[in-house]
Amino acid sequence: MAELEGIYIIWLREAKRYTRARSRIFTSVVTPLLWLIIFGYGLGSALKFVTITGGYKAFIFPGIIGQTILFTAIFTGVSVIVDRQYGFLKEIMVAPISRPSIVFGKALGISTAALIQGVILLFLSFVVGVTMTPVIFVLSFLLMIPISVGLAGVGLLIASVTDSLEGFNLIMSFVVLPMFLLSGALFPVTGLPSILQGAVYLDPLTYGVDVLRHIILGYGAIPIYIDVIVIIVFAMVMILAAAFMFSWREQELM
Amino acid sequence: MDYMIETSDITKKYDDFTAVDSVNLKIPRDSVFGVLGPNGAGKTTLISMLCTILSPTSGTAVVNGYDVVKNSKEVRASIGIVFQSRALDDMLTGREHLQMHASLYGVPTNIRKQRIEEVLDLIALGDKADQFTKTYSGGMKRRLEIGRGLIHHPKVLILDEPTLGLDPQTRENIWGYISKLNKAEDITVLMTTHYMDEADKLCDRIAIINHGQIIKEDSPLNLKRELKADTITIQVDEQDKFIKEAEKLDFVKKIFVEESNIKLMVERGENLIATLVDFANKNGIMVKSIEVKHPNLEDVFLNYTGTTIADRGE
Repeated sequence: MAELEGIYIIWLREAKRYTRARSRIFTSVVTPLLWLIIFGYGLGSALKFVTITGGYKAFIFPGIIGQTILFTAIFTGVSVIVDRQYGFLKEIMVAPISRPSIVFGKALGISTAALIQGVILLFLSFVVGVTMTPVIFVLSFLLMIPISVGLAGVGLLIASVTDSLEGFNLIMSFVVLPMFLLSGALFPVTGLPSILQGAVYLDPLTYGVDVLRHIILGYGAIPIYIDVIVIIVFAMVMILAAAFMFSWREQELM
Repeated sequence: MDYMIETSDITKKYDDFTAVDSVNLKIPRDSVFGVLGPNGAGKTTLISMLCTILSPTSGTAVVNGYDVVKNSKEVRASIGIVFQSRALDDMLTGREHLQMHASLYGVPTNIRKQRIEEVLDLIALGDKADQFTKTYSGGMKRRLEIGRGLIHHPKVLILDEPTLGLDPQTRENIWGYISKLNKAEDITVLMTTHYMDEADKLCDRIAIINHGQIIKEDSPLNLKRELKADTITIQVDEQDKFIKEAEKLDFVKKIFVEESNIKLMVERGENLIATLVDFANKNGIMVKSIEVKHPNLEDVFLNYTGTTIADRGE
């Protein structure tokens, strides 16, 4: 009971921080819009995607949702490093609450931020001419939950082994950017050179983007049940790994 | 005697550096106990082990009856801590900090609201309670942190350099709150400091720590008394005659002359004033003024460590 309340209060703080940082919400809506409009329309008019209904801009729509969730989750994961620098993490870590509960609370807070971003994008589907129905909306929302939680786990995992914001930037370029580019957010993953193909299938975000494409556009490169299994297993593994890291590196984190 | 904290040979080593070296402390219940030492003496490391942030390399400690290694969760529930560095979130209000802390420490929901009001009252945060902490002054932030540490009725409040970086007036103010809560809250206070006046004013007992070892532990009064070096400053009309006669007195250990002032080093100076005035009168010397000065903790520290605390630098 006490643990549940601890999880709740840590989530509440993250949620408050997120909703109070208005400029952050604003920029994180504008960035995906720039991608959709400039990249979607720009590249879309140069390329002729005969096989794709709705064209390139529709094709990248689920990909940009995945990208937004990825960036929001990882950037919010930075908050742990900031908390550490401001000493606030110490205040939480010294409370009589278990390390996994702290991780769950944080992960839920981070996921909430990522989900809000995702939902805003679903509402903006008209920009790229994608039809949104209540069923598509609800299914997309439900599937965004394990994607967000898994990526929040990645963010926390990175934060737990990084001492400074500089180190975090390094991991951004070596982990986050490749995850985004390899996920098939911007191009179809079928018919790639085999070495690239392997990397694409190792990227968990590939399955997240593919499942959203299934739901929103009605087609994908991977069977939908595999996508769903992968994103759920990924979420569980990442959260458990982050919880383990927080317990293991407890002394270093305080 | 009833002890709230007892350490037995508690030690923390980093590679070949020993930050805390076999420290044995017994901290009485409801006392204000000070750990006094220069920067880098091992104060924060000692405190970190007591609040379970660091695990000892060897030895152990018992806080409120719980072992800091085996029962760390119970120890955490028993203590409130104010860290040396600020631990506040700019984007939360003062009240939200207290609410969050109450939740994390499992304060029962039915008394939570009342307890938060009590604490806000104690730390006199008043109408600022619902503003973001980024608008607070240094003193208000410290008060909020102290108040937060009290929300869950801890048995021990640990303060690591509570007035570091605060201006003199705010420091006095914080001292006032610390003595007030020690009386109001049935709580044992363990604090570290490198300010002599702070230790002298607030603490019932002081342990002097240097290079990770406790050098001396006693009440501030006894520590100073043990130096046996009160100074009596006296002004008389016939200075040379007085000095010549005073040199014969066996309770006078040393005599210094500074212009018109004669300084006599003695023990228990307050008992000797009447004797000295009588002695001067008997010799036909008139005493113009006489004053006793007790040694301060700075002298004590100098005596035990061979350096003044300010010499050590950051």
